[in-house]
Amino acid sequence: MGLRLPSKVLEHILSFIDSNEDRNSVSLVCKSWFETERKTRKRVFVGNCYAVSPAAVAKRFPEVRSLTLKGKPHFADYNLVPDGWGGYAWPWIEAMAAKCPSLEEIRLKRMVVTDECLEKIAASFKDFKVLVLTSCEGFSTDGIAAIAATCRNLRVLELRECIVEDLGGDWLSYFPESSTSLVSLDFSCLDSEVKISDLERLVSRCPNLSSLKLNPAVTLDGLVSLLRRAPQLTELGTGSFAAQLKPEAFSKLSEAFSNCKQLQSLSGLWDVLPEYLPALYSVCPGLTSLNLSYATVRMPDLVELLRRCSKLQKLWVMDLIEDKGLEAVASYCKELRELRVFPSAPDLDEANIPLTEQGLVFVSKGCRKLESVLYFCVQFTNAALLTIARKRPNLKCFRLCVIEPFAPDYKTNEPLDKGFKAIAEGCKDLRRLSVSGLLSDKAFKYIGKHAKKVRMLSIAFAGDSDLMLHHLLSGCESLKKLEIRDCPFGDTALLEHAAKLETMRSLWMSSCFVSFGACKLLSQKMPRLNVEVIDEHPPETRPESSPVERIYIYRTVAGPRMDTPEFVWTIHKNPEIGVSHLAIK
Amino acid sequence: MSESVAAEHDYIGLSEFPTMEATTMSDKTKTRDNNNGLNFKATELRLGLPGSESPERVDSRFLALNKSSCPVSGAKRVFSDAINESNKWIFSTGSTTATGDVGSGSGPGSSVVKDGKSTTFPKPAVPVKEKKSSATAPASKAQVVGWPPIRSFRKNSMASSQSQKPGNNSETEEAEAKSGPEQPCLYVKVSMEGAPYLRKIDLKTYKSYLELSSALEKMFSCFTIGQFGSHGGCGRDGLNESRLTDLLRGSEYVVTYEDKDSDWMLVGDVPWDMFICSCKKLRIMKSSEAIGLAPRVMEKCRSRN
Repeated sequence: MGLRLPSKVLEHILSFIDSNEDRNSVSLVCKSWFETERKTRKRVFVGNCYAVSPAAVAKRFPEVRSLTLKGKPHFADYNLVPDGWGGYAWPWIEAMAAKCPSLEEIRLKRMVVTDECLEKIAASFKDFKVLVLTSCEGFSTDGIAAIAATCRNLRVLELRECIVEDLGGDWLSYFPESSTSLVSLDFSCLDSEVKISDLERLVSRCPNLSSLKLNPAVTLDGLVSLLRRAPQLTELGTGSFAAQLKPEAFSKLSEAFSNCKQLQSLSGLWDVLPEYLPALYSVCPGLTSLNLSYATVRMPDLVELLRRCSKLQKLWVMDLIEDKGLEAVASYCKELRELRVFPSAPDLDEANIPLTEQGLVFVSKGCRKLESVLYFCVQFTNAALLTIARKRPNLKCFRLCVIEPFAPDYKTNEPLDKGFKAIAEGCKDLRRLSVSGLLSDKAFKYIGKHAKKVRMLSIAFAGDSDLMLHHLLSGCESLKKLEIRDCPFGDTALLEHAAKLETMRSLWMSSCFVSFGACKLLSQKMPRLNVEVIDEHPPETRPESSPVERIYIYRTVAGPRMDTPEFVWTIHKNPEIGVSHLAIK
Repeated sequence: MSESVAAEHDYIGLSEFPTMEATTMSDKTKTRDNNNGLNFKATELRLGLPGSESPERVDSRFLALNKSSCPVSGAKRVFSDAINESNKWIFSTGSTTATGDVGSGSGPGSSVVKDGKSTTFPKPAVPVKEKKSSATAPASKAQVVGWPPIRSFRKNSMASSQSQKPGNNSETEEAEAKSGPEQPCLYVKVSMEGAPYLRKIDLKTYKSYLELSSALEKMFSCFTIGQFGSHGGCGRDGLNESRLTDLLRGSEYVVTYEDKDSDWMLVGDVPWDMFICSCKKLRIMKSSEAIGLAPRVMEKCRSRN
C-alpha cells in the first residue's frame, strides 16, 4: 500500500536493467519510477527521428551517454526517397549539446549530417568516444578531421557506406600524436588516399585497436605494413587487392596474415585476384565473419577458401558462388548463422550465373543454425520455399529477392503463395520478411495470419487488390515497419485499418494506388500520425482520386515536422485544402 | 493456361507510377465484374515519349537537384533510347490463375469485399527486358527505379570495378598492362550543380562516352543526365541526337568538362582519346546554363580540324 522504494534503492535496481524495452515498461509503473528511470537511462534509441522532438528527448534523459537515431525510411537505400526529404541530424546535435554534455556515443543511420554537425559534436562533448555513421551523407572529410583532431578519447570512428565529399586524405593526419585510444576505425567508404605513414603511426600508437577497415586506396604493401603493426586485430577490412602478383608480395602478405592470430572478421577484398586468396588461408580457421561480396572471384576459388572456414557464422558473397559453392558451404560451414548472396550483375540481361533456388536449399539443409538470409535470385519455386521452411524453422530473418518482378514458380507457373505460406507458418520466430516473385492476395492472408512475430515486412510488385493490405494490417500482430512498392491497392484497406498504423513505427507505400483524398482523410482522422505525401507534382493540383507517388506515414508525438521540402505534402501545409473546420495546433 | 496479351511497348512511364494499360484493364473488368470504385480513366497514365504526351509531367522545377525524385526516368529513357532504339519492353505474362484464385468472396467477411468495392487491378506493366544481346551498354537498360534493391554504395562499387571482370590471371594481367605505367590512373573530380558532394572517377576505366555516361548515371542516380550529343563530323564516338533540342527542353542536364586550356566544353564533341587527354574536371550542369558553350565548341572543333 504505502510501500515506496527509496529512489536510491530503485536506482540501484534499475542499474541492472539494460534493455530499453524493459526500461520503457518500468517508466510506465508510476511517476516516481518514471522519474528515477529517466534520470538513469544511459542509452537512448530513437527509431524514427521525427517520432519525437530532440528537445523532449534531451530533457527527459539528461544522463544519456549513447544516442542512436535513424532518419530516412529504409527504401531510401534504393533511391526511392528524393534528395532533400529530411532526416537532419543538426537539431539533435544541437539539443544534446545544450542539455546532455556527457554524451559519449552517437550512432546515426540514414541521416543528413553536415560538417557543422561534426564540428559541433567535437566541440560540445568533452568525453566523446563513439561516432558511427551508417548510410549518411552531407558531410566532407573536413568534418571528420574535426572529430579526429578534437575528440581526445575517441575510441570508435566508423563511416559505413556514407556519401562523403572527399576533399583528400588529410583528415587522417588530424589525429594528434597523443591520441592512443582508438579501438575501431572504418573509412572504407572514402575515396582518397591517406598518407600511409600517418596511418602506420596511428595504428602503432593505438594498442587497443581491434577493428580496422581500410578504403580501396590502401595498397597491398600498405596493408602488409599495417598488419605488422597491428597483429592484434580482430576485424579487418582490406584495401584493394588490384596489383600485379609478385611472389615476394604474396609471401609477405601471407606472413602478415598468419601473424594475425585473433582475426575473426574479414571484409573489403575489392578486386581480389584469386591468386591472392591462399594468403588468407591461415586466418580462415578462426574466421567467424567473411564478407566476399565485393570479391569477383569464381566458384572454385571461393570454395577453396570457404572449405577452410569451419567456424564461419556470417557469410556475404556474390552469386558467383553458384549452387555448387553453396553446396560446399553447407558441408563445411556448419556454424553458419547468416547468409547473404548478392547479384554480381543486377541487370537481368547479364544474369547467366548458375545460382538458383537450389543453392539456398543446400544451405538450409546443411546449416542448422542458419537464421538470417538475404538471397538474390532470378527465379524461385514453391518447393524450394517449402523445403527451406521445413528444414529451418529457426529462421529469424528471411529476405528473398526474386529479381524478375512477378516471376512465378518457374516449374509450375503458380504464384509463390504456397511457399511463403510455409515460411510464415513454419518459421515461428520470423522477425523480418521480404517477399518477391508472383504473389496473390492469398499469400498475404497467410502472412497476416501466421507471421505473428514479424516486425518488418517488405513487399514489391505483389498482390491483386486491397485485400492484400487488409490481410496484413488486420493480422501481423507485431508489425512495426511495413514498406510496399508497386502494389495495386490503396485507399480502402488503409483507411479501414488506420488505428493499426499507430501501433507501428512507419508505413511506406510507393507506386501504389493511394489517392490524395485518402491521405487527407487519414491525416484528419489520425492526428498522431504524420502522413507525408512525397510527390513530384503537388497533389493539391490534381483530382482527389488521383494516386500519389509515395506516402510515408509514421506515428509521432512531435507533431508536424517543420523541415519538409517542397515535394513533401502534409495536411499541416495547406490546411485550407483539408476539412475546413480542422483545427491546426 | 490462358495468358494475358503480351504487348510490346517502349517502356517510358515515369517509374514511380505504375503503368496501366486501358485494354488490359477492360479485359479484367469484364471477367471480374467488379465495381470500379475509383475512376481509372482519370488516373490512367499513358505511355509515350517524353514531350509527346503529358508534357507537364516533366516538370523542370522538379528536376532541380534539391527537389528531384529519383530519378525522373522520363528523361532517362530519352537518353537510353538514343543509344539503343530497339529497346522493347514486354508486359510480363503473369499467371492469371493467381488472380482467379482471389475470388470476390474469399476475404474473411471484410467490408472490403462485401461492398464489392474491392478494386482489382491488372498487374502494372513491368518492364521485363527481352533477353537479347542487342543491348550494348549498361546504360541502354532502362530499369525500374530501385530494383533490384541494391544499395547505391554497392552499385557504385561494382560500377567502378567494372573493368575488373572475374577471370584468370592472364586476362587481368593484360588489362593491367594496358593501364600500366605509361597510362597511370586518371582521376578527375565530377561535380554536379547543387549537389552536396562530388565524386572522383578514373577516366582510364572507361573506353567510350557510353561507359562514362552510364557510370555517371549510376553515380548520380538521383538526378537526370542529358545526352551527349555530337555536332556533325566532330565526334566519332558521339551520339547522333541533336543536342539543341535537349537544350531547348531546358530540363535536361548536360555533362561538361574543363580542358587543358581551362575552357569549359560539352562532353561528347571530340573523339574519346582526345577527350581523356585533355579533360581535367567534369561538371554536370543544367543544359540551360550550358547553352553558351556551344559556339566555343564549334570554334575549337574548327581549329582542331
